[in-house]
This record gives sequence, C-alpha cells and structure tokens, in this order.
Amino acid sequence: MTLALEQILNGVQFGVALFLLAAGLTLIFGIMGVINLAHGSLYLIGAYGAALVSQRTGSFILAILAGLAASAIAGLIIEFVVIRKLYARDHVQQVLATFGLILFINEGATILFGRQPLFVAMPPALSGAVEIIPGVPYPTYRLAVIAVGLLVAFGLYLFVNKTRVGMLVRAGATHRDMVRALGVDIRLLYTLVFGLGALLAGLAGLMAGPLLAVQVGMGEQILILTFVVVVIGGVGSIRGAFFGAMIVGITDTLLRGFLPALLRSLMTTSQADALAAGLSSMGIYLIMALVLLIKPQGLFSGQN
Amino acid sequence: MKIRGAVLGTALSTLMATAAFAQEPVKIGFITTLSGPGGYIGADARDGFNLAVELEGGKLGGVPVQVVVEDDGFKPGTGKQIADKFLKTDKIKLFTGIIFSNIAGATVPDIIDAGAIYVSPNAAPSNFAGKECNKNYYVVSWQNDSLHESAGQNATNLGYKKAFILAPNYQAGKDALAGFKRFFKGEVVGELYTRLDQTDFAPEMAQIRDAKPDVVFQFQPGGLGIAFMRQYQQAGLLGAIPMVVAAPSMDATILKAVGDAAVGVNLSYHWNTDFDNAANKKFMEAWTKKYGADRLPTYYASQAYDTALAIAAGLKGVKGDLGNTDAFRAAMMKADFQSVRGAFKFGNNQHPIQDWYAARVEKDASGKPVLKTLGKVMSNHADAYAKDCKI
Repeated sequence: MTLALEQILNGVQFGVALFLLAAGLTLIFGIMGVINLAHGSLYLIGAYGAALVSQRTGSFILAILAGLAASAIAGLIIEFVVIRKLYARDHVQQVLATFGLILFINEGATILFGRQPLFVAMPPALSGAVEIIPGVPYPTYRLAVIAVGLLVAFGLYLFVNKTRVGMLVRAGATHRDMVRALGVDIRLLYTLVFGLGALLAGLAGLMAGPLLAVQVGMGEQILILTFVVVVIGGVGSIRGAFFGAMIVGITDTLLRGFLPALLRSLMTTSQADALAAGLSSMGIYLIMALVLLIKPQGLFSGQN
Repeated sequence: MKIRGAVLGTALSTLMATAAFAQEPVKIGFITTLSGPGGYIGADARDGFNLAVELEGGKLGGVPVQVVVEDDGFKPGTGKQIADKFLKTDKIKLFTGIIFSNIAGATVPDIIDAGAIYVSPNAAPSNFAGKECNKNYYVVSWQNDSLHESAGQNATNLGYKKAFILAPNYQAGKDALAGFKRFFKGEVVGELYTRLDQTDFAPEMAQIRDAKPDVVFQFQPGGLGIAFMRQYQQAGLLGAIPMVVAAPSMDATILKAVGDAAVGVNLSYHWNTDFDNAANKKFMEAWTKKYGADRLPTYYASQAYDTALAIAAGLKGVKGDLGNTDAFRAAMMKADFQSVRGAFKFGNNQHPIQDWYAARVEKDASGKPVLKTLGKVMSNHADAYAKDCKI
C-alpha cells in the first residue's frame, strides 16, 4: 500500500513536469497553429541557464531566475526571428524549420558547454527526504516540484479563465479569425503566448536539473511524451494538458512499477520481464491510440 | 643500353607506384555516438583512437591512415545509413567506433556482409559472439556479458546474498543481467528492465526499497548512470543498500558528476588510470599532455586507444593492403601490441581473453573520490559464447 502511494506520487511528479511542457505546446499549436518541435529546446535552455548560474554563484534562487529569464528571452527571440515567418505556411514547413532549430540549439549547446552532462547541486533545504506517512520517506525536492507544478496549473487556470488576456487566449484557440476580425492585435497575443510557453518549458527544465542530468538532447527525450499528452488532452486546451499529463505520468509510472510483478504471477520470470518491459513502454501509446479512436479531437479539445 | 633503360624505367615506375601507394592513406570509418546522454562516451572513444594515430605521426603500424568520424546520434537507423555511405561512396573497408549495442546490431551486419572489417572498441552483443561470429568481426573491448560477469563474481566474493538487478531494455542490458546472474551465487530478489531513454528512476527506487535486497546491481551507461546514482542518493538508498556495478555504471565522467555520493560503491573493470604498466603510462602521459589533467580518460578512451593499436598490428602485417582479409586476420589475431590493460589476447571467437579487477570508489589524499583498484576477480577470462563459435 505504501509502495502504491509512493508510486502515485512519482507519477504525479512526472505528470507535473509533462504538464508544464504540454501547456505551452498546446497553446502554441491551438492558438497560433504552429507545430513547435523546438519546444524541447526551450526546456534545455531553461535547464542550462539554471545549471550554469547555480554552478557559478551557488545560489538556487538566482539559478531559478536565470533559467526562467534564459528560456523566456530565447522564446521571444525564436518567435521574432523564426516562428513569425511561419504562421501562414503549412505544417510541413513549420516542422522543418523548428526541427532545424533543434539541431541548431543542440549543436550550439554542445559548442558552448560540451558533451559532458552538467551537475546541478540540489538546494540544501530541499535535499533531504520527508516521511509522508511513517516508514515511507519521499524526497523533499520531488514534493516541491509537485507543489510548484500544481500552483502553476492553478495560476494558469485563473489566468486563462478570469483575465481579459486569458479570454483572448481562449478565443484565439477556438475562433482565431474572429478574434483578428475584431481588431485584436493578434501578433502581440502570439508573442505573449509563445513567451509564456517558453517560460513554462524553462521552468520544467530548471526543475529537472537537480533530478536528472543536464545534457544536450534532454529536450527531445521528453518532447515525444509531451506530444502524447497534447494529443490525449486535446489541442489548445490547458485543462486537457493538465489531465493528459496526469494520465500519462501516473499510467506510465504505475505500469513500470507494478506490471512486472503482476505478470510474474502469471508466467515464468524471464517471459514476464520481457513482456512487462515492452508493455509498460507501450502503455501510454496504447492509451493515445484509444483516445484517438474514441475522441479523435482529444479528451478536452479546445477546437470545434 | 636500351634494355637497361627499360629495366631502369620499370624499376623507377614501380618505385613511384609504391611511393604513391604508401602516400594514399587507409581510410578508417569511425561511427560513434557524439550526441545525447552517451555523447561524452563517443567523444572519449574518438579522442582515444586519434591519440594513438597522432602518437605514430598520422600512421598506424607504419601505414598512413585517415580517420573519418561521424555521429550516429544514438540512433540505430542513422548508424546504418552512415555505414552505407562509408561503404558505397567513400569505399571504406575498415570500420570501428560504435558504442551502443543496439547501434552495433543494426550496423555491423551490413559492414560484414559487404566484405569489410569491423573492430569493436566497445559494444559486443552476445548474438555476435557465439554462432554468429564472423572472420571479419573483432572485439577489443570485451564481450558484453563479461563486464557484468566480473560484477557478479565481485558481489559473490563480497558475500552478498540477495541482489536487486536492473538494466535498460536493449541487447546490452539483457547481456548485463545474464552476465551478472551467471556468476552471482546468491538469490536475485528483483529484476527490472528500464527504458534506454529513461532518466527518471523514481519508480525503480520505490521498488528497490520495497524489495529490501542487501545489494543493488545496476547497468546504466553514460548520462543514465549519473541520473541513477544521484536519484539513488536522493531517495535515501545510498547509505542503506550497497551497490555493486561494472565499469559502465561508474566511469570517470560519472564519478566526477556524482562526486562524494559515490564513495563506497564497489565495481569491477579491466582498466583504470592507475594501472602500473609501461603502455598505460605512455597512454596516460600522452592523454594528459593533449587534453589536460582536468579531463581524466574514461575506460572508453582506453579501449579505443587499444583498438587503434590492435588495428595497427593488423595493418602492419598486410602493409596497409586490406584486399586480403585472411592475411589481415592472421596479423590481427596475434594481438601483437602492448595493451594499456596489461595481458590481452584474442579468443577463438575474436573477442578478448583478459583479467578483471575489483575496485572501490575511495577518497584520495586530497579528499577527491577516485577509483581504487583492489585486486583481481577473474584471470584470463573468456566469454561464455566462444564455444559456439566455429571459425
């Protein structure tokens, strides 16, 4: 039972990281109609920004600010220099251009920082473990990540549903042409949305730093799952991104955690291990296929 | 006079042809992983290989060589494409460099089928070591299982009874667990395959805690190993459950990234920076001179360096003519070079027979964690598949 609780927390923590990435990706695609493969690169930039400042100054607060600033500024530059030219183009060209950005940014990071993964020290206040219930220690940092993620989700909910800009964002996701026809400066809105997406990706990246290794290529590893989240949740929907991320995060973790033991009670160990490893990595894609079959627009689609 | 002139002319032109032949360098296709979590591994292998070429002044075994390096991007498909291009466009006949077994699995058969030669500086999956062994396929590093057989023997020697073992779900991961189990005499209380692209091991940590083993064996190469070790510490397992690993899970780069947290980890390997032999001293001196004392070579660099020396012996035997692979093979199999590991010879399946050493991460005099060699765990160890190989 305690194991199940621990695994669910792990799932939520993974889901939160996916949500931060998926929220930006789904808005950019829903509102601007741009498939941004380089979203993972913004995650990478956030992680590197924080890692470098953390190494130089030793301050985690400064590292957070640097990570956020680096990804937001990079996002604005990318929007201004590349993405802005792509709004009217078709998806193939967008995919090619943003894929080019991935290569460009990965190679740039290699030249600047080398291929050796960077090490980010965990802030001392968060480096221990707390007993969530007696006998089950859980890393404090992971709890903090969950808390930050849920706060951001709540903040985004308020922003999208209760503010004037949020109203435009919602309108942009469903009736893009109408918003433009009403005289809203859609370009400014686009830049804002892209910047916000970059900021969230950067936040996910800088929080991943002390947990995982900060290295070239880390963005692409998580980007694929992020696309799965967006497909499951529905394009353009923040709510969809949240629930999609939680579904993917928790399912993936629980399958990995419990499927081997489950299958082992049914067949011989070696067969069970091979099958479980295969099935658990397939699991979330099976869910995605199922969602596409039943609700092709995703569970909480913003598009009509 | 006329005849003499003709003879002289022929002699001259022959000489010139020989000279021209000698100047045309032998191209060596170096397909390796330079990006992604394992990117530093390929970089070390490339630099180790090039170091040997440089020390000989651009030659290997007296034959001028040109090393053509390409990044497979940690993708089997890309490795295969590069091999295809090297074979057809560049007419390369000698290949090396592949780090990961899944890339070797996709790439090496194409190279062998085209009649070219492959000398592995790292990956050596079990399926190429037994029945499927090939005259043109050599391994200088180890057979995958052997690495982890040494860890299994080490864990047995250290007296552990209950092991929890895990590795990524690909050929080398399967070889790793098979190898460990072959020589571990205790009970395996938990066995897990992770994903090769996985960097978050929180679910695995929870399962390890739950299984209460008295030792953990993990195979997580490159960036995966760094993430695993740090999360092992964060989960509070580091002080609680000791760890026994093979070389890939605790190379010099991982150790540097993990730092003090790694102190006390038991491992086993075939080479370390502190090995006391002339060849290793030469290698370490040249490496430090070229790349600085800050960048310690990983064992991948040493293997690639040895690979270059092994190839040098082969090339010397055929004077750079790769047309006759049987003659090249005769020269290669003598392993006429001084390995930085000390004793080295090829077995009948063209994989190494070598010694394995137990080691531990300890603090040196200045308080820095280093790999300290303790003693031999296995002598003249060959792999378990050699008996199935009929060459």
